[in-house]
Amino acid sequence: MDSTIANPQVGHDTAEQEHEHVFVPQHRHHFATEEQQREAGSFGMWLFLLTEIMFFGGLFFAYLLYRNWYYDAFVAASNTCSVPLGAANTAILITSGFFMALAMWAAEVRKKKTLVITLICTMLFGFAFLGIKTVEYHEKWVEHHIPGASFDVSEFVNPAAYGLHAQPLAPDAAQKTQLFFFLYFAMTGMHALHMIIGLGILFWLLYRAQRGDFTAGYVAPIENFALYWHFVDIIWVYLFALFYLVNLHPLAH
Amino acid sequence: MAHEAQPEQHYHDPSNVTNPEHASHHIVTPAQYAMVFAALLTGTALTVVAANIDLGVFNPIIALGIASTKAVIVMLFFMHVKYQSHLIKTTVASGFFMFLVLVTMTLSDYISRAWGLW
Repeated sequence: MDSTIANPQVGHDTAEQEHEHVFVPQHRHHFATEEQQREAGSFGMWLFLLTEIMFFGGLFFAYLLYRNWYYDAFVAASNTCSVPLGAANTAILITSGFFMALAMWAAEVRKKKTLVITLICTMLFGFAFLGIKTVEYHEKWVEHHIPGASFDVSEFVNPAAYGLHAQPLAPDAAQKTQLFFFLYFAMTGMHALHMIIGLGILFWLLYRAQRGDFTAGYVAPIENFALYWHFVDIIWVYLFALFYLVNLHPLAH
Repeated sequence: MAHEAQPEQHYHDPSNVTNPEHASHHIVTPAQYAMVFAALLTGTALTVVAANIDLGVFNPIIALGIASTKAVIVMLFFMHVKYQSHLIKTTVASGFFMFLVLVTMTLSDYISRAWGLW
């Protein structure tokens, strides 16, 4: 790489002479020290995550508003989601995040083998999450709960015919369940897209990790990816609470 | 000539962030990560149990409270915010503050649109 340091301050700055600098190839010349480079990198990554908070935040706000407007439809639709599958996926994603945190540690203490293994575990649990999500999406497909032309409200209009004990909804109210499922697919879908992008990046990180790129003092790609991966975890924690849990005991009118 | 005067003691290498002598860079240990992991799994179990009890208006509040606690734990330890500089901490806090401002402004719009018409 041509980023090997040509120190601009040589011969000018007495601070330069106070201690020996060992320049490492990943250190870009426009940063005084690699600490500064690292903080700038973290800062930039966090700014990106803030834009992600705003992006998902808009969707969370839509959920908040429409749940208040069409409360009964949101309750009925929400209770078709499987809490055991959602809870299992939460545990799986937390486990994936745990392995990513361990990968960060492995890079910092320069254990290449541990880094590779923990990255693989991170990926395996990520794929497990997407697998369960696929099962859930398929369930929605079978039940005609995907918004659009083939959406079917009959389960909400006449729950008794489906062996459900839920309160029946008037047909116009039952149509509003589509809004719930629209937000469900938009939000869990965007979340899943983030996971798929993350898994793609993980393949690349894994390739570089086994080459030894991140176990010689240069951990920024692992660190910044870990921030992304944990952020995606946090989004899911809220999705699990809002789509699966908060409507299990609806308020009586 | 500067390097001739350079003594070998007090060796400090600021360009090497994972050097163990580097005090400003905190390495969280696997044991600490395991504790965080256990706390997050406990939170998940708790929120499922709480959701299955009828607590009236408190169901969503408790579910979001536990979710937020888990999110803060993830940010502090997994995302190392606890060990970061003031710049990073302020950046993270300002993002959430900005989000709350936007939610408050949008909600006050929706709440006040039909003001007096009910």
